[in-house]
Amino acid sequence: MCLAVPGRVLDIEERDGTRMANVDFGGVVKEVCLEYLPDLRVGEYAIVHVGFALQRLDEESARQTLELFAELGLLQEEFGDPWETAAAEAGMDPVEEVRNQ
Amino acid sequence: MKYIDEFQDPELARRLLDDIHATVTRPWALMEVCGGQTHSIIRHGIDQLLPDEVELIHGPGCPVCVTPLEVIDKALEIASRPEVIFCSFGDMLRVPGTGRDLFQVRAEGGDVRVVYSPLDALRIAQQNPDREVVFFGIGFETTAPPNAMTVHQARKLGIRNFSMLVSHVRVPPAIEAIMSSPSCRVQAFLAAGHVCSVMGVGEYPELAERFRVPIVVTGFEPLDILEGVRRAVHQLERGEHTVDNAYARAVRPEGNAAARTMLEDVFEVTDRAWRGIGVIPGSGWRLSPKYRDHDAEHRFSVTGIRTEEPAECRSGEVLQGLLKPHECEAFGTLCTPRTPLGATMVSSEGACAAYYLYRRLDVPTTTTVREASPVV
Repeated sequence: MCLAVPGRVLDIEERDGTRMANVDFGGVVKEVCLEYLPDLRVGEYAIVHVGFALQRLDEESARQTLELFAELGLLQEEFGDPWETAAAEAGMDPVEEVRNQ
Repeated sequence: MKYIDEFQDPELARRLLDDIHATVTRPWALMEVCGGQTHSIIRHGIDQLLPDEVELIHGPGCPVCVTPLEVIDKALEIASRPEVIFCSFGDMLRVPGTGRDLFQVRAEGGDVRVVYSPLDALRIAQQNPDREVVFFGIGFETTAPPNAMTVHQARKLGIRNFSMLVSHVRVPPAIEAIMSSPSCRVQAFLAAGHVCSVMGVGEYPELAERFRVPIVVTGFEPLDILEGVRRAVHQLERGEHTVDNAYARAVRPEGNAAARTMLEDVFEVTDRAWRGIGVIPGSGWRLSPKYRDHDAEHRFSVTGIRTEEPAECRSGEVLQGLLKPHECEAFGTLCTPRTPLGATMVSSEGACAAYYLYRRLDVPTTTTVREASPVV
């Protein structure tokens, strides 16, 4: 749950008095709250946890981490359908899935 | 993926491992605090690449695992009410309460929704003014600021039908409890990187000094963990006990000041029961009185909860680092991710789930022998 994924800021807007951004996580775009990193600019990277940017990250580190997460399927885990995951866990042998990958 | 060639930078991994092998002269026990680190260690076979002298003890840093059963049961009860839309992070769905989980509550007609961010739950509340929207606010210091901001927004925007069931936990009091236990074997800590991204490192020097224990702030990727272990082993061999930051790219010494200010406004420190472990003084956060109107504990009176843990489940010992998951008799037989007895078997950060997913062949009932590590 403490997984935090690096993402790149695409654009920024104020909504209900809150600083929000669209952030790209290796192809998946999510809305992210920038209130804890108010000076983050478009094009910069940050580590994002449950829709909040928590700390700035340099581009190279961010790219390497994203590459690794994509390879390990962690992006799917973070942004995929949690009901599907839960159903799979409840009804199928997840070990088989890991082995078959 | 336990072969060193599969590391992102195999050359660097080998250099770090060589250094650890060359440095270590006697047995050391290190605890990685965070369940995300545990999964990374087991998934990549890092424990098997390390010298025999270096033992990794898995810590209690799995938020859904330590959320007390009473709070889970309370969540299940609230989620079952017809007027409620109950929102949660996905990894709570299959955490066993007394006899059922959120997944079952939904199957029985409860309106349980999974959200990516707590702000999504707030939006659901805005869109459904005639329903009570409750968010399950659990997690360590990493997750607390997003939840704090959400409650703050609810109050600011006057969204009265939104409340939060809060059961936050904090790492430093847990380290203190572990080090104070008579059965403690931990000689160094790999502190949880993203917790420190928020909180900084200021809470740790006092603990390192008092318990004479090295504390190395460590990331989650395989190379980060190797570097954390390497720095801890160097300190241990030199007889030092300082706080060291091996995850500087994401952790500033002061953490995130804006997030810490918000935490102080929205939460107050409280004693908290950790599932399987017991009450740890000062180890939790609850909503401060100012936010009482958005406190689900206050809004919904839930009484008559009688919790019951399965007798076979030894997840408490696993969470305290006293037992490795596969040493539990129920592991892989009575208890699997499909039929979990304890939360440690379902969470994406639970140690039992990590062993089951990535080290299934070590279960004693199977006959296949896993090859020894090619490094060393």
